[in-house]
Amino acid sequence: MTDMSQGYVTADGRKIGGVLMEMKNITLKFGGVTAIQDISFDIRDGEIRAIIGPNGAGKSSMLNVISGFYVPTEGEVWFKGYKRGPMRPYQVAQLGIARTFQNIALFDGMSVLDNIMTGRLTLMKSGLLSQAMWWGAASKEEDEHREKVEKIIDFLEIQNIRKTPVGRLPYGLKKRVELARALAAEPKILLLDEPMAGMNVEEKEDMCRFILDVNDEFGTTIALIEHDMGVVMDLSDRVVVMDYGKKIGDGTPDEVRNSQEVIDAYLGVAHD
Amino acid sequence: MADAVAAEQSAHSIPALLARNVKRFGGLPAYREKEFGIWQSWTWTETAEEIRAMALGFLSLGVERGDYIAIIGRNRPAHYWAMVAAQMCGAIPVPLYQDAVAEEMAYVLENCGARFVICGDQEQVDKVVEVEDRIHHIQHVMYTDKRGMRKYDHARMNALEDVQSEGRAGHYRYEEELNARIAELTYDSTCVMLYTSGTTGKPKGVVLSNRNIIETAKNSVTFDRLTHNEEVLAYLPMAWVGDFIFSIGQAMWAGFTVNCPESPATMMTDLREIGPSYFFAPPRVFEGQLTNVMIRMEDAGPFKKKLFDHYMRVARKVGPDILDGKPVSLGDRLSYLLGDFFVYGPLKNTLGFSNIRVGYTAGEAIGPEIFDFYRSLGINLKQLYGQTEASVFITQQPDGQVRSDTVGVPSPGVEVKIAENGEVFYRSPGTFVEYFKNPESTASTKDAEGWVATGDAGFFEEGTGHLRIIDRAKDVGKMADGRLFAPKYVENKLKFYPNILEAVVFGAGRDRCTAFINIDLTAVGNWAERNNIAYASYQELAGHPRVYAMIKSHIDEVNESVAQDPMLSGCQVHRFLILHKELDADDGEMTRTRKVRRNIVESKYADLIAALYDGRDSVYTETEVTYEDGRKGKITATLTLADATVTPEQRMAAE
Repeated sequence: MTDMSQGYVTADGRKIGGVLMEMKNITLKFGGVTAIQDISFDIRDGEIRAIIGPNGAGKSSMLNVISGFYVPTEGEVWFKGYKRGPMRPYQVAQLGIARTFQNIALFDGMSVLDNIMTGRLTLMKSGLLSQAMWWGAASKEEDEHREKVEKIIDFLEIQNIRKTPVGRLPYGLKKRVELARALAAEPKILLLDEPMAGMNVEEKEDMCRFILDVNDEFGTTIALIEHDMGVVMDLSDRVVVMDYGKKIGDGTPDEVRNSQEVIDAYLGVAHD
Repeated sequence: MADAVAAEQSAHSIPALLARNVKRFGGLPAYREKEFGIWQSWTWTETAEEIRAMALGFLSLGVERGDYIAIIGRNRPAHYWAMVAAQMCGAIPVPLYQDAVAEEMAYVLENCGARFVICGDQEQVDKVVEVEDRIHHIQHVMYTDKRGMRKYDHARMNALEDVQSEGRAGHYRYEEELNARIAELTYDSTCVMLYTSGTTGKPKGVVLSNRNIIETAKNSVTFDRLTHNEEVLAYLPMAWVGDFIFSIGQAMWAGFTVNCPESPATMMTDLREIGPSYFFAPPRVFEGQLTNVMIRMEDAGPFKKKLFDHYMRVARKVGPDILDGKPVSLGDRLSYLLGDFFVYGPLKNTLGFSNIRVGYTAGEAIGPEIFDFYRSLGINLKQLYGQTEASVFITQQPDGQVRSDTVGVPSPGVEVKIAENGEVFYRSPGTFVEYFKNPESTASTKDAEGWVATGDAGFFEEGTGHLRIIDRAKDVGKMADGRLFAPKYVENKLKFYPNILEAVVFGAGRDRCTAFINIDLTAVGNWAERNNIAYASYQELAGHPRVYAMIKSHIDEVNESVAQDPMLSGCQVHRFLILHKELDADDGEMTRTRKVRRNIVESKYADLIAALYDGRDSVYTETEVTYEDGRKGKITATLTLADATVTPEQRMAAE
């Protein structure tokens, strides 16, 4: 494996920094079921890190541990050099962690613009009352946030659906709106749970481009779960492979691709 | 006042007109663009400053007199400014179609020998980079949208904004040179070079001088009494001559405001927000809008539907007459007024046509129903006939003399004559200088006296003096038995049905006519939904027996109407098929302005045409398709061939 104590430079010339988040010996149990068993890996500043594995491997559980939604039964999560304890959702958001969901979780009756604006909620300072009055500082603050949101709308090329209720949008666009909302929180690290699931080839290509552009333009660290192997191998800098709750591979896409254990997990092996 | 007259006379180039406008309209808006959800606006003074900075930046990059600067991108103020900035440097702007694939782009870049290329975004830069190894003369690429451009090798690449900053920083160094170059521009300097889409063969560069553009702009602005208060929406391809005339020529001459939409997808919303007073659209846009309105009205409640139907009947009856200022009874006037309040006003507002004073359509024939629909609402929609070589205008319809089947009277300053074989010729101050590096084509199109062959066959109507165009002169042929074959005439009749997007009729040298049909997915898809017809793809819908039955009924009606015309009755469609894919410019089947390339379709689908004539009921075919990114794929299909009902020809009764 590459020595990565001080960060590294990717094949396309991006500089990856030090460790941003570290999972140390994570185990997660639901009653008698062990979803994750003793997994350790790190996520570095500015990199695109993928978690892959067959169905039921524990990928989504892992992402939920990273996001702080699940507290691991054993093991520690370190973020920006501090050990992280149990957290409330708003604390997660304030830390700079944003995510999208496998099953889209947007407000269907609200417009695209309003949905994205909700992503900036944690960054707003004015209180409930002054926002309701919409006067002075509160209205000025909304303008500032709107400007940021408009930049994201421009970035993701969804100007034409700005005022459309989310419920009326097709699936691929909803996914994009979800990404926009996550970006609106200006996250340090962005967690994407199967961003391409159920998309056609063109939508996938678009999404890939957006993920790369986000990483390039905003320097956002990205951790993603994905089934489409082509996408994973093209997008990510490093890949963690899970199978039955265990880590069976970790490294660059090429390293992972050539690992016998990974090939066995995906293609299956004959049991004598 | 003497100053103004002098300024008028010396305004012999676009940069000179710009300077004139700064003096005259300094604080009024010249350009607007919607960005980040807000309309950003530049006054004439600000525009002039931006353009100047850009021109100074070009000089710092080493732009020479006579250089060609290619511009590839969507309608944005920066791209229009780049064209004027290029002119200031004595260079010639060459706008290209942004949806052209790399191959097509390479040909044009090669042909004009561009040393500088301005790209709208990363997508366009990629295409230029792709062909750069083959075209060695490209020295510098500039781009407007910085997004995704960070990783590129910037040794010979720059953001256009940064070029402007460089120009501002170096203005002491380059100012004198720039002023000298602007002063050198004359009425005969080249203003722009535009590539014709070319229904046949490779595109040709049409060289248009300042005289062509400015004289044409002057005449057409006077014809429609356009003022500096007009608002236009610039959304048609920048490489098309019409956009250059409207958004640069007329805008600079009259001093009106050019508005650029946020993105192609928001065009309809932006149109509503701007509410242009002067609007141009190909028939396709009007058709699309009408189809959408009708589809949405189908979903409206019974009361609204009734109201709409009632007042549309009123509008159809008296609307056009009111617009033309003809006498209409008081009762009709009152009920039209009510209709305006309840239906037409809100509808025009939804369409973005509330403020329209002058609207034009051209390029293809427009269906009489569509045309009358807009006119009955009180929208002054007119037709014009033109081409790149004429700087657009050949004929146009004066207010009050508007009909769907003519293209109007010769525009001011234009002489038109009809040759013996029916071909239309014209001569005007807008007549192009030459085809770039192509003296043979120039000579075969433009004769020594300046008459230009349009390639279209037409005639002047007795009495009104209006020109009527029948077809492309070379497409008008003879059938095997010597009867006249004018495919476009029949195709246009077919295309007036909302369900038919495109039609290609064959029959030259044959004993009977046959046709390919492309269905309109919006209209037919909607119809299918209403009739509980399930389909998974375009191909499946196109091949559905009930779709065939519907198209057959349309063709039968057309045959009936064609049979009325003794000259053209031979053109009735005997057999037809519905194509399994839409004809597409990426496959070379259409031009970028969406005109069918007949000969290419004919050779590509030779197997299908053969099947239409040998009496088979179905035919299996494989078709190569090109995706937007240039990759190729193959689709296969088994197509049904169907017979249409032919109406017996009306023989001369006196026989």
